[in-house]
Amino acid sequence: MLNSKTTDAVALGIRRRVFEHSIRNNGGYMSQACSAAEQIAWLYNEELKLGQPTLPMIPKPFGGVPSASNPDYHTGAGYNGPAAPQFDRLFIAPAHYALVAYAALIEVGRMAPEGLDMFNKDGSSVEMIGAEHSPGMEVHNGTLGIGLSTAAGLAWGRKRRGEPGRVWVFMSDGEVQEGQTWEAVQAAAYHGIDNLYAIMDVNAQQCDGAMSSVMEVGDIRAKLELFGARAIDIDGHDLDAMRQAVAEPHDGRPLIILAHTSPFRGMSFLERRFPRLHYVRFKSEQERVEMNTEIARELGVEPVAYGEH
Amino acid sequence: MVEMVSRPYAGAFEKYAVANPEVLCLSADLTSSCEVDGFRDRHPDQFISLGMAEQNMMSFAGGLGLAGFRPFLHTFGVFLYRRPYDQLMASVAYPRRKVRLMGFLPGITTPGGMTHQAIEDISVMRSIPNMTILETGDATEVESICEAADSIDGPVYCRVLRGSVPRLFDTPIKVGEMRELAHGADVLIVTAGITTEEALRARAALEASGVSVRHLHLHTIKPFNAQALLDHIASVRHGVVTLENHVTEGGIGSLVAETMADAGVGKRLIRLGLKDTYAHGGSKPYLMRFYGLDALALTRGVESLIGQPLGISEDDLDAARVDAVHSLVKAEAL
Repeated sequence: MLNSKTTDAVALGIRRRVFEHSIRNNGGYMSQACSAAEQIAWLYNEELKLGQPTLPMIPKPFGGVPSASNPDYHTGAGYNGPAAPQFDRLFIAPAHYALVAYAALIEVGRMAPEGLDMFNKDGSSVEMIGAEHSPGMEVHNGTLGIGLSTAAGLAWGRKRRGEPGRVWVFMSDGEVQEGQTWEAVQAAAYHGIDNLYAIMDVNAQQCDGAMSSVMEVGDIRAKLELFGARAIDIDGHDLDAMRQAVAEPHDGRPLIILAHTSPFRGMSFLERRFPRLHYVRFKSEQERVEMNTEIARELGVEPVAYGEH
Repeated sequence: MVEMVSRPYAGAFEKYAVANPEVLCLSADLTSSCEVDGFRDRHPDQFISLGMAEQNMMSFAGGLGLAGFRPFLHTFGVFLYRRPYDQLMASVAYPRRKVRLMGFLPGITTPGGMTHQAIEDISVMRSIPNMTILETGDATEVESICEAADSIDGPVYCRVLRGSVPRLFDTPIKVGEMRELAHGADVLIVTAGITTEEALRARAALEASGVSVRHLHLHTIKPFNAQALLDHIASVRHGVVTLENHVTEGGIGSLVAETMADAGVGKRLIRLGLKDTYAHGGSKPYLMRFYGLDALALTRGVESLIGQPLGISEDDLDAARVDAVHSLVKAEAL
């Protein structure tokens, strides 16, 4: 697809959409937009080789789960284009970032803005925790730690078939607490799965709060390298750093970019809510008004006229 | 006497996989234990070693399925659902990946004790949407399990026998059907896996005591042809005895009970198997006797069902010859 915006503009657009949605809906995954906006924007706007969307701009309602009696079932992967050999595939491993991913789809013209209005509404496919049938999703990843393994299997299969397309995973640092992540890295390294790429949002946050207060994980880069991956630390808000990191040679090894980020980036007000940032729900109407005013100013938009709800 | 077949899976898998290049052989460090070591050595390009890491293996297999391959996972049954249950759900069962879960050492067929004995696998798998469940009861079924499993449009869990396996049948598994091994009119006996051989041992003694036995062997546990079972139940006077290498909750005893209850069948049902207990490590004959999974236990169950002692002794059962059984199976579709 032709880029009509700069990646910086896409990242700003993601933050604005997530902010506006959260103010309107009395809360949301705002901090994830702060930390991951550049990564998701970079993937969708420049790094991923994707075809034209194959699904309607306005998402269809929930069409049932996979079963033998549901022959018309399909995933939401069509928003990323067809699964053709030359194209890349993307898994959003922490499906809790779905709101950020949906905002990105809108910013790059793969989904209509109306799609976000369906977020977390009963009967909608635009689910709060991205499901297989949600826009831009191809597998269920709401259970954390399974994304990299699935991507490794797909990448092995694509390599075996001689497909040039890569398999990308957007990961979160909390996932390194799961043993399966390390099983996946060792398997990808052992089997030389070097068409597997990941970018990890290292924001040092998890549901209970700061990771250091929940379970210390140490030096992720050093651990990944010891398990056999090629891993690179970068500033996760620096697009040029991403562009350089992805060019890193990694023959026979998966490449994992560790994007160190701030969970308040672009919405400084959220720092007052530290360390509970996983899902920001307003504590009072006064706080909602304050956030609406201050974050809107920082993002360069008008405060949201959200009415009574 | 019954023919014993050595390692029927080894040859059957190799033959099937070589003819089907989209089939991949995955193993989690139990390659020779699952009789695919020869395949690994002769066809390394079709073999993926994933080490002692079943969670990754399950999701990795989901990814392979997404890439259009049909992975056969080889490990002990317990390691296909206990440790990687979350991955089984999210990466395999929900998206209906064509992943073939080959679970070796079902129930008490291992001296490995609790950690190795898959005694509740059928119960777990039956409650998973999209899952198909097959169970092998003899060498012919083991020889046909790969083709049967690979015919399923979705995930399938198979209880596979290894080592020296008796040949009881001369026709392959036909998914969705059941084998009618005797068609008497007093008591219906329903068995699967290794308990079918026990029922064959018990049958002669039961018949000699004047009990007319109807006997069904199940190789397809899910999906299940409820109407076929109900027809058989309607054909017997007393009721049903099930015998399973599994806990009596959630396995074929429960399957029969649910089928009867759903249809309002008012006959008695006696469910034999592991009675709300773990087993421990020991030989198969010892465990089958100790936990009441053998031919003698089955005759006691029949006695209880018909309400009269039959006076069958261990000697009567030992003397009973197990002949090869010619299938009387009806052509019943899914």
